[in-house]
Amino acid sequence: MAVLTDRPAAAPARRDERAARTLATRFLGYATLVFFGLVFLYPFVIQIGNSLKTEPDAAANPLSPFPDPLTLAGFERIFAGTNFPLWLGNSLLVTVLVTVGRVFFDSLAGYALARLRFRGRSGLFAAVIAVMAVPGVVLLIPKFLVLNQLGIYNSYAGLVVPLLADAAGVFIMKQFFESIPVSVEEAARIDGASIFRTFWSVVLPMAKPALITLTILSFQGSWNEFPHSLVSVQDPDLFTLPRGLADLVSGSLGSGTQYPLKLGAALLATIPVAIIFVVFQRYFVRDANDGSDKG
Amino acid sequence: MATDTQAAVATAPGPGPRRRRGGIRSNENLAGWLFVTPVIAILGLFLLLPILMALWVSLTDWNGQGSPFTGDVPFVGAHNYTQLFTEDGLARRDFMTSIRNNIYYVTIVVPTQTVLALGLALIVNNRMLKGKSFFRSAFYFPSVTSSVAISVVFLFLFANSGAVNALLGVVGIDGPEWFADSRGVLHLLLGVVGVDSPPAALADGGPFGLTWWDWLAGPSVAMISIITLVVWTTSGTFMLMFLAGLQNVPVTLDEASTLDGASRWQRFRHVTLPLLRPTTFLVLTLGMIGSWQVFDQVYVMSQGDPAKTTLTPAYLSYRTAFRDFDYGSGAAISFVLFLIIIVLTVIQRRALAERDTDRPRRGWWRRRVPERS
Repeated sequence: MAVLTDRPAAAPARRDERAARTLATRFLGYATLVFFGLVFLYPFVIQIGNSLKTEPDAAANPLSPFPDPLTLAGFERIFAGTNFPLWLGNSLLVTVLVTVGRVFFDSLAGYALARLRFRGRSGLFAAVIAVMAVPGVVLLIPKFLVLNQLGIYNSYAGLVVPLLADAAGVFIMKQFFESIPVSVEEAARIDGASIFRTFWSVVLPMAKPALITLTILSFQGSWNEFPHSLVSVQDPDLFTLPRGLADLVSGSLGSGTQYPLKLGAALLATIPVAIIFVVFQRYFVRDANDGSDKG
Repeated sequence: MATDTQAAVATAPGPGPRRRRGGIRSNENLAGWLFVTPVIAILGLFLLLPILMALWVSLTDWNGQGSPFTGDVPFVGAHNYTQLFTEDGLARRDFMTSIRNNIYYVTIVVPTQTVLALGLALIVNNRMLKGKSFFRSAFYFPSVTSSVAISVVFLFLFANSGAVNALLGVVGIDGPEWFADSRGVLHLLLGVVGVDSPPAALADGGPFGLTWWDWLAGPSVAMISIITLVVWTTSGTFMLMFLAGLQNVPVTLDEASTLDGASRWQRFRHVTLPLLRPTTFLVLTLGMIGSWQVFDQVYVMSQGDPAKTTLTPAYLSYRTAFRDFDYGSGAAISFVLFLIIIVLTVIQRRALAERDTDRPRRGWWRRRVPERS
């Protein structure tokens, strides 16, 4: 640290003492880091290890990450004995549709709120902000009522359409579009491009960082979405992964606890998000910081 | 709020005649509305309209058959609400039990996750340590995974022959059957000092149909495992918020106080902590708002059992409507919960608005947490 070097040289004895203390704190720091690292990651290690065990082995040595013997029986039963492939397909379909829809609709609205001057804009933006505060769980029954009334309860439409837009995404896009210099669009508009054309081929390509953030958040959000699928469909053919998993756990398997199978299915449901997280970490971090300001 | 002031600045008519060029701007009114229509339609249909419809249903006795908006559905007025608060019966007992459970849940989860998140942020923010970005990701990873998948893992960890009991066995403790144990931890503590049954004063009366003894049970052993799971998954998110707050603490301030001879604890107590106050407040209120909404974990892990000690208002409203087909009561519970959360949200917004007038915020996309600090 610059400040330390500016000071008159300390007596060697004091310097030794300080060095020893620094070393001690550093050791303590690493020890704490490793301890919490284990606390936060070991459950996943246990999950992987136990999904490859036999049932008696998982019951006898739950803490050990090493299967003895190693078996893929749990995973074989996931694919042969459960509706896992169906849930996977449904989850993929819903996630892709929701993500594409959200990115498109949220950027359209975000652009309009940031750039286009139309009557009622500021009131509309205030409404979008207000909507962000509506807590999801109190909407469980209300959503069911609307889906029922619209006649799309128990259908893919019911699973997908209500998630196609989200207020937080609109907010993210609006904030980003405001950061782009107006002169860019004005040039395009003076050249005779329509508003949509300007938005689509000039502004949207410049918003790539925000689009990536929104894509990742939408993917993660809709892949993990559980309560909505709980109240929008009832037919087991329409279950998504989290719904199927919850069903599996609550005892649709019949006899035994079957932990290796359940842990394996949960693992398979986690892997896509885990990959996205590892590859795009900084976008997740960015979102969380954003949350502190979003209010 | 900053966003409001920003919006105000953006919508205010710009200075000078530049803004009034009719030719290019004339069709913006139409385009603007076209651009926002899909979002308005979806948010209106699936956020606003549902709230109004549910408000109506909460005043009826609808059982899920047919449409709740025909004349056949019995209108009961405020009965569904009075049932929850004033009438002696199962509905009130269950509702108050769920409120009790959630109060204990909030009072443990919120302080624990806040302290843990702050602690993790301080370690990860330490300039002397290397490899922090790895640990930062490790702590945050549970927050991005599926709540259902994580609940499955914790069901295994807290199983009778699970990892937690195996770990407790190492230090000679005979772990409980976590998800079958409905005993409240405060009752258990009293049991240690020999108080196993309630004194007469606590056994008889009590507010809202629960005895004082019941109110003072503490979270059940089963609830403790859900609390552990939630603290474990949410600390990472709040750690990142604290980290962003710590980045705003000027290094020079820290160094100046070091030169003045302040100890590590004094610096934390008198320099860092006061500067983190807005972040702390945000974490506390967001934590409370989230804690009143706990649902997924309860659904997957316990369904409110054992003996209703993990029942929460969010889960109770779902169960009342979709399992007992009493949609009126379920919607009424939702609205009471809605009210609780709205109050918390308003408190949070107020405080944030005060903070933001002090410190104009920068664009959201600006990096607040450098990759390597």
